[in-house]
Amino acid sequence: MSELNEQLEHPVYNYKVVRQFAIMTVVWGIVGMLVGVIIAAQLVWPDLSFQQPWFSFGRLRPLHTNAVIFAFGGSALFATSYYVVQRTTQARLISDGLAAFTFWGWQLVILLAAISLPLGYTSSKEYAELIWPIDVLITVVWVAYAIVFFGTIAKRKVSHIYVANWFFGSFIITVAVLHLINSAALPVNLFTAYSLYAGTADAMVQWWYGHNAVGFFLTAGFLGMMYYFVPKQAERPVYSYRLSIVHFWALVAVYIWAGPHHLHYTALPDWAQSLGMVMSLILLAPSWGGMINGIMTLSGAWHKLRSDPILRFLVVSLSFYGMSTFEGPMMSIKTVNSLSHYTDWTIGHVHSGALGWVAMISIGSMYHLIPVLFGKSKMYSTDLINTHFWMSTIGTVLYIASMWVNGILQGLMWRAYNQDGTLTYTFVESLVASYPGYMVRLAGGFIFFAGMLIMAYNVYMTARGTEDSVANTQTVAA
Amino acid sequence: MDINDLRGLSTVLMLCSFLGLCAWAYSGARKKEFDEAASLPFADENTAAVKQSQETNND
Repeated sequence: MSELNEQLEHPVYNYKVVRQFAIMTVVWGIVGMLVGVIIAAQLVWPDLSFQQPWFSFGRLRPLHTNAVIFAFGGSALFATSYYVVQRTTQARLISDGLAAFTFWGWQLVILLAAISLPLGYTSSKEYAELIWPIDVLITVVWVAYAIVFFGTIAKRKVSHIYVANWFFGSFIITVAVLHLINSAALPVNLFTAYSLYAGTADAMVQWWYGHNAVGFFLTAGFLGMMYYFVPKQAERPVYSYRLSIVHFWALVAVYIWAGPHHLHYTALPDWAQSLGMVMSLILLAPSWGGMINGIMTLSGAWHKLRSDPILRFLVVSLSFYGMSTFEGPMMSIKTVNSLSHYTDWTIGHVHSGALGWVAMISIGSMYHLIPVLFGKSKMYSTDLINTHFWMSTIGTVLYIASMWVNGILQGLMWRAYNQDGTLTYTFVESLVASYPGYMVRLAGGFIFFAGMLIMAYNVYMTARGTEDSVANTQTVAA
Repeated sequence: MDINDLRGLSTVLMLCSFLGLCAWAYSGARKKEFDEAASLPFADENTAAVKQSQETNND
């Protein structure tokens, strides 16, 4: 195996850490999405928890969100940012040791999350559930990540800092700030800590964090991916470099204010709710700036979509990005939100972004990246990539369509009044009405998950082939 | 002058910085610079290939 690694060692760049993170992207994608399929099934058949507390929806749900966002998405971001920063600065990562530390440290964080969440240890902050000792570990790993990334930019061999690195950089800095401020807490023992904030302020800090986790972890980071892998796969430079600069600054300046739309019609002061709504509406412009820039990169090369399923993954992910960044501002309008909030519509919106945008751009990038990392000209099977593409697309569409139907159904049933002012429906009636949608969602989620298994096989065959060819050359040389 | 003047002022300031940013990014003087930057994803292909083959030859 060490000989294999030597064979794959790039003369200039550190590909080892990229390879490790790329493989773990596939592994954690499968794990995280499997947990998602399980909890979707539990919503259809509640008995599937088998009366085990650690296997109940309430504990598995944060495991699912943490696994797909931070384990799958995080590994994809580490892999691509380390790869892109090296290739576009033409410099090796500043420290191989520190890069290896971020890999093993991040895997340890994931492992601790997978143990502590089912056991019921939680800070109860959404998307920041991990208890304080793990939060400290995240901080240490993240600082190392920032040193490796910005250190590499500092010693770059070209004068420009390519736009993808701006997005990756803003993601790294902002996530550090968000994590530190939102997780600030007073520990009372190893497993328990109390938030520094109370009441409405705590809710506002939480959703300032929560929405910017979406904005910077799940958007800016993945736009960094987009700005490298779409031009690379389409074999032409980005449509407009100027637009990328304008929409970068507009995006980072506006996203940070959108959090209050998670707290419409709560104790949060009205002016803050309205501010959050207006900023969310403005956000449509920079979001679509990125989408248009990515899709238009293909202008003059549209025919490539016919033959290249990797490019199809990348471009369809941008379409889902455009859809969900249109849907988001609409849902942040207070009157729309009064219908959509607390319903399955929110879940549908999240997955339109998470499956359609984040997962599909990551999968497309991995299909571009993995052959390069294993010294191959292309993936083992292009047909299997195509199959995976259709499974991802169909799975996502089933998921989001069923949640739209459920969400609007629930919203309308909950707000229906009789003439005497009593509620027309009980909550349970809206739950019964949601069952068909839950079934369709389970089917869609399962199809998406099964596509990841095909990817794993394809990646395994691509990587395994390397071993064979390496072995063959050695035999010949001997 | 009360806090609302400050709020209005900050809006004007943000608008001006946005317009300034657009003017900066779209000024013709920077076209060449940005074209170079946009080609960076492709710039290392030759150098990397050359170094790789040198490495192989040395073996």
